[in-house]
Amino acid sequence: MTALAGIATAGLFMGGLGFSLAALLAYANRKLYVEEDPRIDAVEEMLPHSNCGACGEPGCRSFAEVLVNKEAEPGKCTVNTVEMTQSVADYLGVDVGDHDKQVARLACAGGSHVAYFRAKYEGLKSCRAAAVAGGGKGCTWGCLGLADCETSCDFDAIQMNKFGLPVVNENLCVACSDCVDSCPKDLFSLQPVSHQLWVACKSLGFGDEVEADCEVVCTACERCAVDAPEGLIKIRNNLAIIDYEKNELASKVAIERCPTGAIVWLKKGGDSIIKGTGAKKVIRMEPLPRVA
Amino acid sequence: METVEVRTSPHVHGAPSVATIMRNVVYALLPICIFATYQFGLSAVALIIVTTLACIFTESFFNRISGTSDSLGDFSAVITGVLLALTLPPGFPLWMAAVAGFIAIALGKKLFGGLGFNVFNPALVGRAFVQAAFPVAITTWTPSLTAARFTEFIPSTLTFPFAVPAAVDQWNAQVAVDAFSGATPLALSKFENIPTDTFLLLFGTTAGSAGETSALLILLCGLYLIFRNMLDWRIPAAVLLGAFLTEEAFHLFDSARFPDPWFMLFSGGLMLGAMFMASDMVGSPVTPVGVWIFGLLIGFLTIIIRLFGGLNEGIMYAILLGNAASPLIDAATQPRVYGVTEAKIFGKKVD
Amino acid sequence: MLLTFTNGVHPQEFKSWTNNSPVERLPFFADYVIPLSQHIGAPSKSLVRKGQYVARGEKIAEPGAYVSVAYHSPVDGVVSAVELAEHPGGKMVPSIKIKADPFSSQRLEKKPIDWKSLTKKEFADHLQNSGMVGLGGAAFPSHVKFAVPDDKKCDYLIINGCECEPFLTADHRVMAEYPLEVMRGIEMLQYFLTPKKTFIGIEANKKDAINILQLEANKHPELAVEIVSLEVKYPQGAEKMLISAILTNEVPSGTIPLDGGYLVSNVGTVAAIAEYFDSGKPLIERVVTVSGSNIKRPANLLVPIGTSMQELLNACGGFKSSDFGDSARILLGGPMMGMAQKSLDVPVVKGTSGVLALGVLEVPGRNTFQCIRCGRCLEACPMFLNPSTLGLLAKKGLYEEMLEENLMDCMECASCSYVCPSGIPLVQSFRVAKAVNRERKVA
Repeated sequence: MTALAGIATAGLFMGGLGFSLAALLAYANRKLYVEEDPRIDAVEEMLPHSNCGACGEPGCRSFAEVLVNKEAEPGKCTVNTVEMTQSVADYLGVDVGDHDKQVARLACAGGSHVAYFRAKYEGLKSCRAAAVAGGGKGCTWGCLGLADCETSCDFDAIQMNKFGLPVVNENLCVACSDCVDSCPKDLFSLQPVSHQLWVACKSLGFGDEVEADCEVVCTACERCAVDAPEGLIKIRNNLAIIDYEKNELASKVAIERCPTGAIVWLKKGGDSIIKGTGAKKVIRMEPLPRVA
Repeated sequence: METVEVRTSPHVHGAPSVATIMRNVVYALLPICIFATYQFGLSAVALIIVTTLACIFTESFFNRISGTSDSLGDFSAVITGVLLALTLPPGFPLWMAAVAGFIAIALGKKLFGGLGFNVFNPALVGRAFVQAAFPVAITTWTPSLTAARFTEFIPSTLTFPFAVPAAVDQWNAQVAVDAFSGATPLALSKFENIPTDTFLLLFGTTAGSAGETSALLILLCGLYLIFRNMLDWRIPAAVLLGAFLTEEAFHLFDSARFPDPWFMLFSGGLMLGAMFMASDMVGSPVTPVGVWIFGLLIGFLTIIIRLFGGLNEGIMYAILLGNAASPLIDAATQPRVYGVTEAKIFGKKVD
Repeated sequence: MLLTFTNGVHPQEFKSWTNNSPVERLPFFADYVIPLSQHIGAPSKSLVRKGQYVARGEKIAEPGAYVSVAYHSPVDGVVSAVELAEHPGGKMVPSIKIKADPFSSQRLEKKPIDWKSLTKKEFADHLQNSGMVGLGGAAFPSHVKFAVPDDKKCDYLIINGCECEPFLTADHRVMAEYPLEVMRGIEMLQYFLTPKKTFIGIEANKKDAINILQLEANKHPELAVEIVSLEVKYPQGAEKMLISAILTNEVPSGTIPLDGGYLVSNVGTVAAIAEYFDSGKPLIERVVTVSGSNIKRPANLLVPIGTSMQELLNACGGFKSSDFGDSARILLGGPMMGMAQKSLDVPVVKGTSGVLALGVLEVPGRNTFQCIRCGRCLEACPMFLNPSTLGLLAKKGLYEEMLEENLMDCMECASCSYVCPSGIPLVQSFRVAKAVNRERKVA
C-alpha cells in the first residue's frame, strides 16, 4: 500500500512539474515571438541549404532575407537548379537575373606525367605547407598536387587524377570559390561555362627554359595571339592572356598551332579537352620518374 | 645527383623520437621484470606475458576496426602491458589480468583516440577497473622467494575464467619461510602499526605487487631514463618531494601514529608510480610550472589516501586524480610570453 | 658564468669543419645572376639592359622604394639578360644575368668616402646606394635600420657575433680576420648613432675571435666597446634573445628593439659598412661557409653576390657521394632556419651565410607521431610560447585562434620542431598559419 502511494506521489509530482514547465514554455513562445516575414522561410525552403557562401551572403537563410527584401536576384545563387531558381523568382515575382553557370577552372595542366619534379617534398601533406617550403616541382607556378582544393570542396566536385592534378566535375561544381581561396598558387578561378578557350598555364617563364620543367607550359611563342582574332589574346609577362570581353570571337583557330598544348578548347559539359593539331602529343600515361 | 629533399627548417633534430623513448622505457622496465621473476617465479612471468599480450592484441584489434595505421611500432601498448603487470599482485588470476589489459587499452587509451589523446594513464585505468571488479583478488598477497617458485604456480594464478580464485591462505602457510601474515608492509603499518625495515624495502624482499617491491632497483631504472633524456626528472622528483613533505609534517605532529617519511617513500607502489606512471608524458601537464604542481599534488594525495583513506595504498588514485587535474593545471600555468607583461590564466589575461 | 637567455636548444655544432679555415677568394666564374629582391622590402629597378657592358662595382639597379636598396655588378662583364630567375626563396623573380669578362680584375677602382663630413641623412643615403643589408640572414636594408627617427634614441648598440646556427662560421672568420674593419664600422656607427654603450656579443665557442677583437678593442679605448662572451645556445643570435642575454631586458611584444633604445647589427654588416666607407667598395661580395657531411672540402669563401651554388660546390670539390639516400638536403643558410633548395642554379644572395649539403648523417629520416604532450617544446621556445597548443590548433585549421596564443610573437627559430620527439612539423604549420592570416587580413 505504501509502495503504491509512493509511486502515485512520484507520478503526480513529475506530471505536475512537466505540466507547469510546458505551460511556461507555451507562454514564453507567445510572449517572445518575433514577427518575421513568412516568405523568408518559404524562400529558404527553395534554396539548396548548402550554406556555401557563393552568393556573397554568409548562408542560405540570410540570402533568403536579401531576396525577400529584393536586394538581390535569385540567379545569384549558383548552386540551385535552374528550375528551383525560376520558382523562387516566380514566388517573389521578380526576374531570375543573370544565371550564367560558372565553374572553377585550373590554370595548370602540369600533371606528374608532363611536369618534372626536381626534389622530393617532405613535410605536411598540404599545398599551402609545401608552398612555404618551396615545393619540389620544377615549375614554380604549377599545381603542387597535394589536394588542398579537393579537401576544401564541399560538393565533391574536385577529384585528384592519377597525375596529381585536380579535375573539376562541372556538373557538381557550384562555383562557391572555396578552391579558389584554398590554392596557394592561385591557379583556380571561376569562369562562366561559355568561356571555352582556356590557357591552362600560369608560368611567366619564357621559351625552352620553362619547357624543360613542363611539357605543356605556355612558352610565350605568341602563335595563339597572332592566329586569334585581333585583340582576343595578348601576351603579358610571357603568358597568353585571353580577353573574355571578346569571348564571342573565340574559336578553335587560336589553339591550332600551340606547340605545347597550353591553350585548349573546352567542350561544353566539361567532359573533354581539345588540343590543337600542332601540339606535341603526350603519350606517356604514367607519372614521370623523378629526375636528376 | 640522385634525389634531394625539400622540407622546411629545421633540417636537424635533437630529441629522441617517440618510438625510441618508448622502446627505452621498455628496456628500463626489463630489470624490474627480471627481479619480479626472481621473487615470485613462474606466476610473475605468466602475469607479465598475459597483460602485455592482452594490451598488444587489444591495440591491434582497435587499429583494425578503426582503420587507423599500425600503432604498435611506438611500443606504448607494450609499456602499458608491462606496467600493468608490475602493479598487480603476483598471484593475480591470469584471466583477470587479461581483462585488465583489455580495459587498459580499450577504455584507457583507444576510447580517447589513441596515444597522445588519453587523459588517464592506461595501465592505471586497467588496474582501477580490476580493483573495483575483483576487490578480493587484488588484495590477496603471497610471500616472495618461496622455495618452489620456479616449478609451480601460485594456486590463484591459474583460476579458470569467471571462477572464484582458490584461497591461498593455506598455501601461504605451507610455503612461507617464516610466518607470513598475508599483508604488505603498508598494510602492516596502517592496520597493525608494525613497521618494516627500510633496508628490506629498498631491496624488495617483502610482499607486494609484482614489480613494486624493490625501490632501489626502480630508482636506478628511472635514473637510466633520466640520464638518457627520456624521462622528465621533475615529475618523479616532485612526487617524491610532495610525499616526503606531507608525511614529514604528519610524522612531526604525531610520530607514534604516523610512520617516518622514509618508510612511506620506499614502501608500496610510490616509487614505481612516481618514476614510470606519473611521469607518463601524455597525462601530465606541459607547462614548466605545471609539472611541479602536478607532481606535488600526486605526492600529497598519495599520503593522504594512505593515511586517511580506506585503502592502504594511494598512489594509483593519486595519479589518476592528478591526470584528471592536469588540463586544469595547464590552463592555470600558461607561460608568460616573452615581451608580454600579462600572463594568460584560464584564457583570461592577468597582470 | 656566461650570459644567456631563457630556454633554447643545444644542437650539435659541426663548426670545427670550417672554423679554422681562412677566408678564400675565388677566381671569377662565367655567369652571375643577381636577383633584384634579395632584401626585405620593394624590389629594385634595373638600370641596365641586355648587351650592356658593366664594370665591377658599377650600380646596376636602383632602389625601388624607401625600403629597398641598390645593386652593383660583382664582376666586369656583359648583361646577358634581365629576366625571371630562381631565387633561394623558391620563387621566380626578376634578375640581372651577367656574363663575366674573362679579363675581369679583382681590383676595384673606388675612392674612400669622407664619412665624418656626412649628415645622418647623407649617411643613410650612402648605405642605401651601397646596397647594404643585414648580412645575418634577414637582409633588412641597413639604411632603414640605422635611420633612427627623432623621437627614438639608440642607447645601446649591440654587435651580433653569435652565429648560433650549426655549421656556419662566416661571421666567426670575419671577426677573426677583419677585426680592424669591425672596429672601424663601430666607430662610424657610434659617430652617427651616439649610443651610450656598445657591446659585441659572441658565443663562447669562438675563443680566438673574442681574443682578437678584445686586442683590437684595447687599441681603441675611446670606443669603449665591451666584448661579451655568451653561452653557446640556439637561438642566441636572435635580436631579442641577444638583448635579453646582454641587458637582461625584454623587448615588449609588438614593438621593435629600437623602441626600447636597442639596436642590434650583425658583425659582418658592420665590417661591410666600414669597407664601403674606407675603400668605396659597395656590397658585392660576402663571406659564405660551404660545409656539410657531403662536401669534399668544407671552406669559408669570399663569394661575389650572384654566384650559383653549383660553382661554389665545384670550388669545394663537389659532393662526396652522388647517392644521397632518402634525406639529403642542400640548404642555403643554416640547418635551423635555412631554406632547402631543389636546384643548384640558385645564386648566393646578400643574406646567404652558408651553403650546406647535408647527408643522412645529419638528417636521418623521422617518423611522425601524435603529440604526446611531453612539453619539450615549451622548454625550448625562447619566446615562452606554447608550441604544443599552437600545433594542435594549426592541425585543426583554427588559424585565427592561434593569434590569441601569440602566434605573431613566434620568430620561426625552429627550436620547437628541433626537440619534438613526435617529429611534428610545428614551425611549418606556424608559417602556414601566418601566411593564411596575412591573406585573410588582406581579403
